Amino acid sequence: MGTHKITTQDVTFKVFRFNADEDYLPYYKEYKMEVTSEEVVLDILNRIKWDHDGSFSYRRSCRHGICGACAIKVNGRATLACKESMNDMIELFGNEITLEPLSIKRSVKDMIIDKGDFWEKHAQVQPYLVSDIEDNPESEHLVSPEEAERLLDSDICIQCGACHYACPVVEVNEDFIGPAAFAKAYRFEADVRDEAGTSRISEVNQEAQGVWDCVKCYECQEACPKEVNPIEKITKLHNMIFTKGVAKNNVATRHAVGFKHSIAKHGLLDEGELVRYSEGNIGVIKHVPVAIKMFKKGKIVLPWNMPKADKLDEIKKLVKSSSTAKF
Amino acid sequence: MKKLRYALFTGCTAKESTPEQMMSTMAVARKLGIELIELTEASCCGASHLQDYDDFLSLVLNARNIAYAEKHGLTMVTICNTCQLNTAMTKHRLDNNAELKSKVNEKLAEVGLEYKGTSHVTHFLYALIDDFGLDKIKSMVVKPLSQFNIAPFYGCHNIRPSELQNESHKSAENPYNPTSLDDLIIACGGMNVDYNEKNKCCGFHAELQAPRTAAILTGNAVAGAMDANADWMVTPCPLCHLKLDTQTGHASKEIGREVTLPVLHMQQMLGLALGCTYEELGLKHHVTDVNFI
Ligand code: SF4
Ligand code: SF4
Ligand code: FES
Repeated sequence: MGTHKITTQDVTFKVFRFNADEDYLPYYKEYKMEVTSEEVVLDILNRIKWDHDGSFSYRRSCRHGICGACAIKVNGRATLACKESMNDMIELFGNEITLEPLSIKRSVKDMIIDKGDFWEKHAQVQPYLVSDIEDNPESEHLVSPEEAERLLDSDICIQCGACHYACPVVEVNEDFIGPAAFAKAYRFEADVRDEAGTSRISEVNQEAQGVWDCVKCYECQEACPKEVNPIEKITKLHNMIFTKGVAKNNVATRHAVGFKHSIAKHGLLDEGELVRYSEGNIGVIKHVPVAIKMFKKGKIVLPWNMPKADKLDEIKKLVKSSSTAKF
Repeated sequence: MKKLRYALFTGCTAKESTPEQMMSTMAVARKLGIELIELTEASCCGASHLQDYDDFLSLVLNARNIAYAEKHGLTMVTICNTCQLNTAMTKHRLDNNAELKSKVNEKLAEVGLEYKGTSHVTHFLYALIDDFGLDKIKSMVVKPLSQFNIAPFYGCHNIRPSELQNESHKSAENPYNPTSLDDLIIACGGMNVDYNEKNKCCGFHAELQAPRTAAILTGNAVAGAMDANADWMVTPCPLCHLKLDTQTGHASKEIGREVTLPVLHMQQMLGLALGCTYEELGLKHHVTDVNFI
């Protein structure tokens, strides 16, 4: 067996501090420490509390990347403190490391945040299996491996909230259900035993709160420490909204469908026409002022100048033969 | 150095609402001696919205685009972050799923095409950095941008999901601390400005569906750059460009503060440093005037 060498490095930690009971404003405190290559971020949180300031507060429980309690941000990157090696963090960010709670505006005490909004959204999507099961069933409700595969790991979410508080839409729209709850909605929608009908999928289809408000920034995929990949599930929910027939004829759905129409016609996207198609003849009026500015700068292609892809017949043929969705 | 050749996937925007993106790409390529062969047969990538409606159709169309690059035996370069993401994601899914690949190829066979997986797909920014080299760019700069503080705006789809995008370029990018665009600014002789929003979302993809959210994200991005004393912003994505250049009116209203800055395409910035003209770079096509030259 080879020998394993433990190395050490000096690191300056800038740590977010705030006590809602005492402080008017949050502040950052610096702690310099010698960090060994064996340590994880949680060891640092422990050492701040044990060696520097007993009042320092954070959540932790399982220490095995399973309970989700210890999620914080390291240099802006969401992390399970108990899982993340300090060595990797130093490699990624250098020797100045900032430790912050997942959401600064929801901090109650230091790293501890009020996750109330997260749990409310979680509850909003019927986060359980809806199935009419007899009290004394004759056999188990079996799920084949292939059927289980369809969940696409959405069932391994540990509800840490990393994705939720990384999401820029959650930050600015309090109605937005958010990536974790969407992943949860998918988890049950994809379950063959589920009999919720269209209630859950209708919930995530609502304007202002549902999947159409996602800006597709991929922050949730990047943030998730368990590789649940919420944005992938959001895309699946978009697809289900069409396949399960709950899509409403509105700006969001027309925007998605408009791409197909445009590609079938030009091979390319007719940008101006997409806006009109999505918004409708009345809704489009609000875009006129910007459109005029763009037109003056040669940024709008008039219908008769709309470029077309070469070999358009090929594209038309493929659109016809490969289309799987109808709306 | 052997002359670099790529198959250029323009995407739709460079042919419509950002003509200056196309002009400046070609101008820069001419200056650097890079040959770009335009994939005129290519279709729209679906821009992450067709995928919401019909995932399979979007796979087929994107695979078709790559198949044309493969016919040339060239790496495909994209000049739009969202085209880059959709194409790279298609490639990743087909290269890692034989069943899906054969389903897609069944369709492509109807028009006499096959997706093999032989062409690499990368964004022009990373082609410049990985293949051409920043040092060489630096040595070709004739008008260093030394009097400017320039705010890089990376755009989501070049840096996230990082696992996928780092598959496509050699210089792996840390989405929490991206450096490629900063490095390009420095190579052009400019001062790179650091601000919190540089790796955040501009809101483009929800502009119609969630206008308020999209406007706040735009406003915050421009405000962040302004507060960091930027003279202008630069982006590798024409969609971010459109959002930041044309939508600041709505954004200012939503965040309650007047925000506006010139926003250049990365090719325009590079073009300025390489001595291309105002006309060649299409700088007159900006809604927020580029009046510093
Ligand atoms: S991709 Fe959508 S859900 Fe995920 S973080 Fe971005 S906006 Fe939020
Ligand atoms: S999806 Fe991932 S990041 Fe989001 S709550 Fe679940 S485990 Fe955490
Ligand atoms: S302590 Fe449970 S996940 Fe870290």
